[in-house]
This record gives sequence, C-alpha cells and structure tokens, in this order.
Amino acid sequence: MADMLLDIRNLRIEATVYPPGEPAHDIIIVEDVSLTLEKGKVLGLIGESGAGKSTIGLSAMGYGRGGVRIAGGEVWLNGRDIMKGGMRGFRKLRGKEVTYVAQSAAAAFNPAKKLMEQITEAALAHGMASQKQAEARAVDLFTHLGLPDPNNFGSRYPHQVSGGQLQRAMTVMALVPEPDLIVFDEPTTALDVTTQIDVLAAIKRAIRDTGVAALYITHDLAVVAQVADEIMVLRGGRKVERNTAENIINNPQEEYTRALVSVRSIEHEEKKPTADPVLVARDISAAYGNAIQVLKDVSIEVHPGQTLAVVGESGSGKSTLARVITGLLPPFEGTVTFAGRTFSRALAKRSKEDLRELQMIYQMADTAMNPRQTVETIIGRPLDFYFGLKGRKKRERVMELLEEIEMGAEFLDRYPAELSGGQKQRVCIARALAAKPKLIICDEVTSALDPLVADGILKLLLRLQKAEDVAYLFITHDLATVKAIADSIAVMYQGSLVRYGPKTEVLTPPFDDYTDLLLSSVPEMKIGWLEEVLEHRTMESAGN
Amino acid sequence: MGQVLKLLVQRIALGLLLLLLVSLLVFVGTEILPGDVAQSILGQAATPTSLANLREELGLNEPAPLRYLSWLGGVLTGDLGTALSNGQDITTQIGLRLGNTLFLAFWAAVVAVPLAILLGLLAVRYRNRWPDKLISGLTLASISLPEFFTGYVLIFFFAVKLRWFPSVATVYDSMSLLEKLNAIALPIAVLVMVVLAHMMRMTRAAILNVMQSAYIETAELKGLSPFKVIFRHAFPNAVAPIVNVVMLNLAYLVVGVVVVEVIFVYPGMGQYLVDHVSKRDVPVVQACGLIFAAVYIGLNLVADIVSIVTNPRLRHPK
Repeated sequence: MADMLLDIRNLRIEATVYPPGEPAHDIIIVEDVSLTLEKGKVLGLIGESGAGKSTIGLSAMGYGRGGVRIAGGEVWLNGRDIMKGGMRGFRKLRGKEVTYVAQSAAAAFNPAKKLMEQITEAALAHGMASQKQAEARAVDLFTHLGLPDPNNFGSRYPHQVSGGQLQRAMTVMALVPEPDLIVFDEPTTALDVTTQIDVLAAIKRAIRDTGVAALYITHDLAVVAQVADEIMVLRGGRKVERNTAENIINNPQEEYTRALVSVRSIEHEEKKPTADPVLVARDISAAYGNAIQVLKDVSIEVHPGQTLAVVGESGSGKSTLARVITGLLPPFEGTVTFAGRTFSRALAKRSKEDLRELQMIYQMADTAMNPRQTVETIIGRPLDFYFGLKGRKKRERVMELLEEIEMGAEFLDRYPAELSGGQKQRVCIARALAAKPKLIICDEVTSALDPLVADGILKLLLRLQKAEDVAYLFITHDLATVKAIADSIAVMYQGSLVRYGPKTEVLTPPFDDYTDLLLSSVPEMKIGWLEEVLEHRTMESAGN
Repeated sequence: MGQVLKLLVQRIALGLLLLLLVSLLVFVGTEILPGDVAQSILGQAATPTSLANLREELGLNEPAPLRYLSWLGGVLTGDLGTALSNGQDITTQIGLRLGNTLFLAFWAAVVAVPLAILLGLLAVRYRNRWPDKLISGLTLASISLPEFFTGYVLIFFFAVKLRWFPSVATVYDSMSLLEKLNAIALPIAVLVMVVLAHMMRMTRAAILNVMQSAYIETAELKGLSPFKVIFRHAFPNAVAPIVNVVMLNLAYLVVGVVVVEVIFVYPGMGQYLVDHVSKRDVPVVQACGLIFAAVYIGLNLVADIVSIVTNPRLRHPK
C-alpha cells in the first residue's frame, strides 16, 4: 500500500435544493462510493450527466460546487484524511498536491490576465518555485505539448489563442506545480474531433512523461479508453462496476456498462436520391455584415422522406446554411427552391405556407421553449396558427402528437422545467411535426444529450420519418450520428462543401484530405486506437 | 491598438456633439421660462420706456437663433457673459465658485471611492455573514437619511459639543491645505455618507456577478486565499460597471451638492446657481447649466474610456 495516493472510502455527497413551490430539502448526489488510486495511474470515471462523476473528482480537492457538500465518508490523500484539515487544509493541497483541468478552458481562464501569469500562479502561491523557475517549466511544457511559439505563448491573453490550444495550456497550468494528482473534468468534450485527438494525445503524453496520477472524468467511453488504466462506471451517484479499461470495453459485466459500450444500435437502410428533391439550394454564398464570408458557393439537395446530414467542425458554416435556408440570413448569392417554388431570400416575404412546410428543431430544447407555457400550449400553438384548430379538436391532435413522440396525456399540463432533457427535445419534435412540414431542419439536436438518450431521439426521428414521409436536414458535428441515420452526406469545411453525395459514396475511400482527417479522428471503442491513428498519421506525413 | 483609438475618438466626438445639443437645450429652456428678464430686473419701477430701453440694451429684441449663436461664440472663447443682477463678469465669478466646488468634490471622492470599493470587497469576502450585513445596513441607513439631517446631526456633535470642526465651512485662498481640510471636514463627511452606499453596493453586485464564473473556480482550485481570489481574479473583470457608478456619483458630488453647501454656508456652485435662479438671472443660469452638463458628460466619457481600455479583447486583438 506504499504507492497508494488517493483512497476514498464510502463517500456520500449531498446538496440542498430549493425547488419552486416546495420546501428546501437535501438530496443525495453520491452514495457509498469507494475508490483507490495508486501513484502514476489513471482512473477513468464514466457516466451520464447526474452520475456524480465530477462531484467525486472534485471531492479529491475537498471542493463542492454550488451548495454541494461532502456529508460522509473519508478522503485519504498521501496518507492523511483531508476532510480533517478544514478550509486551510484544502487550500494547502489545492494547486499543489492536486490540480484541476476544466471542461471549458475558454471559460476557466481569466479573460483579464495573461496566460503565463495564470499558469505560474499556483506554484508561486504555494512557494514551490520562483517566478523564473515556474516560467521555465511552463515554457518546457508548452514545447512538450506542441503549443506554437513556446517562448512567447504565455504573453498572450486567453482570447488570443484557439480552443484546443487553451485546453493544452490548461493542462500545462495543472502540471507546473508538479502535483501528485490531476483531475481532468471532460477536458476534450467541448472540442471538435480533429482538435480533440491532438489534445488527447498531448494529455496522454504529459501523464506518461511526468508520472502524475489522474482522475479522468468523461461521458465518452471511447475517449477514456485511450488514456485510462482502469475505468469506474457510475450511475445516479453509485458505482456500477470498476475494472481495467480492457475489460470494461471488451468484457463488460453489468448490463448498464454493456449498454454504454454498444450504444448506436440503430438500423437504417440508405435510400437512393429521387428525381424530385424537396429542397434545392443553389450556389449559396452568405456573409455576416459586409466583411466575413461564411458560405462559399454551397449547393445541396434534400429528397422527400430522406435525411441529408451536414457535417463539419465549429465555424464550418453548417448552421449558417440552415439560417440561409430558413430565411433568417438572406444570402448575397444563390437561390433556395422548395417543393418546386422559389423561396424569397428574406423571411419576412415568405408566405405562411412556406413557413409551415419548413420547420426547425434546435440544439438547446431548453431555450427553444417558453418556460411559462405548458406542453399543451407549446404543441398546440402551430395547430392554431397554421390550421386554425381550437378547443377539443386541438387538444385531440396534441394528444395524438404526444402519442407519436412516445409521451402520454399526463404531460399535457407540465411545464418545460418539469421535463427531462430527452423529453424536452421530444416536445420540440412534436411541435415541429404539428405543422405537417415537408422538411425539418435539425440543428445539433442530440449534442446536448447523454448517449443513451440521444440514441432514443434518433430512433424516434427515423420512425417518424417513415410514418410521416418527412425529410430532414440534419446538422451535426458527430460522425457516429451521421453514419447511423443519413441517406446523403455533405461535408463542410471553412464555408465550402468539400464532399457531397449518397452516404456510401461519401464514406468510401479514396477520401479527400479533410474528410480523411475527420473520419479518422472519431474515437473508436477500442484500446490503443489513439496510438494507431497517430502512428498512421506520422507514417503518412513521412511518406509525403 | 487601432481599434481602441478609433473607439476613443468616436466616444469623444459623441461627447462633444452631446454637449452642443445640451447647450441648445439650456438656451431654449431658459428662453421659454415664463416672465420677462427686463421686467424682473426693473420690478415695480418699470415703465414701458425703460423696459424697451433695457430690452434693447440686453439685445433681447434680436431673434433667438442669433442670440444663441452669439452666446455660443462667447462660451467657446471663454466669455460666459455678464450677470444681469449685479453686472459682474460671470467667468471670473464662476471660476472661484467652481474651484471651491471641485475642491470639496475632490476630497469627498478621495475618501469615498476607495472606502466604497474596500467595503464592497469586504462584503463579497464575507457575503451573507455578519460583516456583509453590517456594511449593507450602515451604508443603506446613511443614504436613507436626508443630507440636511445628517449635516445638522454632525454639526451638533462635532462642532457644537466636541468642537473638533467648525460648523461653517468658510475657505479662502490664504488658508493652508490643512486648515482648508479642517474647515470642510464635516461637509466631506456628509457627502461621503450620501455616495458611499450606491458605489459600495454596485461594487458588491458587480463582483458577485463575476464570482459565478468558471475562472473563479479555477482560482479557488489553485488554493488561493479568498481575498486573493476576489481581488486578483474577480475585481479586474468587474471594473467597468464599478467605474460607471463611481463616475455617476462623482458627477453628483459636483452638481448635486446644493443642500450641503447651504447647510455649511460653503461658497460653491450650487449656492451660486440657486441664488441666481431666484433672481431670474438668465445668463448665470445658462452658464451654470452648461458647466454642470459638461461635468456630467465628461465624467461619463471617462467611464466609457476606462471600460474600453480595461477590456483585454479590445486592447489586444487577435
């Protein structure tokens, strides 16, 4: 036991909640979780949102977010129970023995201070190095993690570097005080896949070369399998199982783990393009203001009852394309033809019928619904607006729609706040369907959802497509989703279409460089995948 | 840097334009006041001939736009005109008064601004605990009491009972700085009590708002002490709203201190303005109005400039 670094015993974490209209009460967030971590090892904590994985990770630093508090159990670090040291004790270990890498480095860096000042701050505050030593170590790490211009990188402000660079800078910040343990809290979740792979490789290299131990928290099993020695699966604040990464992936014991491993069990038969597309967008070029051109000559078609998936990284122009098609952003060139008639470029000039036949579903179901309206009002609104349905007829139709989205009449009087994330998205789908549209634009509709819930939404969308013969323009950055549901695919990069066609064609080699990069960056549920890809890339670049 | 410069030039140009509009407003406003200047100067003794003569002499018979232009021309060359009531040059008179007002405002600000920010920081550090509640309670009480009441209470205790400070704040040029400060100690105290609460509460609110940010959590997880977290990480990001409210209060210290000046018989702008409003001395009222407007616009301009300059995104573009 000499090498034992962290030993959490029977951890119990509570929080006080203040639900509207009810008295404040305590809820249990984590119950009876124990874990141990040896020096230099990496333990992955995995689970869906609400599983308590971040809360457990932060408990190693004696930290509770919001009103969260450690209510029971012991947290032993380097042979002492940190719960006995009080606030002063916590401050001594934070930033010295244990450091933290947050999900969004863009938010976690202070916008008013230069990177170097922030990166060396912890080491200086704990008197572990002089300014000079800390800066030298930071520059070393910048070089090691592949940051550009390492000598001057630290003199920039956070907004002056890219998201992937910031995430690596945050890893450097965690490494400078030479801690025994780093808590990585979803460090690559907010990044594009092509950026994620670089950051993941950098983190893995940093862990290997400094010998630091890590708790790696994520909801993405394929990602954690690349960096962790062992994985602990959590659900609803309790441990489901813990095993070596290898065994969790290849030989899961519990049913829940098996579901996580085998997610994406969607069956979908690809349909061939028809002669009569419902939507034709021709040579679209668009810009925000007069300066920044975000779409260059994009042409796509969507066929009745089929799905066109538009994939690309953030900033590729895929959401802008949706804004052009809906009329929210008039393009300066190009035409949008819908069901044989040419749409006006501007939203204000489109007829009610134009509006009805083209509906939208958004990423954030939360903000797409009025929090003060009931489900019945929300779904009933398009029925009234487009078809003039009132009273009993309207209610009957709302119930039918609820039935279609696999929710019952008991939801009629609920408010959005009383629904789960998946249920909210279902209500948004019902609202879009209520207009009986020919085409629904789905903008990242599953990105904010946990994998199992997202799976359910995708299956629902496919079933509805068959039943209602509605077409989807499906915008996403997630290639696994694309593979699962698309009939045709449009790959976008920096405002241009780089690859376009039926799914099998687009996904069959030979690829162009960008599509190749994109496809090979999607993490696979396989130990050693990261090394394979990186090796493959080095060989390719050597070959060139 | 070009972007910042452009924004600054834009702001300053807008400020000047605003000042021009205000001058028009001041002129029109005093123009439509009921009553006639000549009539009010001559009072009961007015005869139709003397009224006509006086009007001619004052140039009141000329069309309003012309009078506005000649007034504006005078203002731009530093000539604010002559007071109707006593025939003295307004520029020299205001010069003295404005100097006194700025002197009082300056020292009140020197005490109030750092104190308000310090109290705001303390309130955040001990939020929802007794120091926070004590600070909030005391500052709220001091702003709720009318100035004349606190003024007379202070006079009663510190001038009458304890005899530490004079009750009448008379200052003249031959006094040393310390003597002057001693003379205006009580008005400063009253002004500080009035402006403290507003600035302190804004500081507290602005910093608490920033305290929700993810980078505050980062700072806490570095093991920094709570005060370091607040001062080094939260405060720099809350500067813009704090400066805005500080400037509004500074403007109040210059233009809104009539009551305090009257209580302490302090020869400042406020008293001067009130005297001449009651005498219907239009040129003086116009001049005071314009100067007050210039102070307001100028201080708000400073607030704008500070928020632009402290924004790292503008100062260091990609």
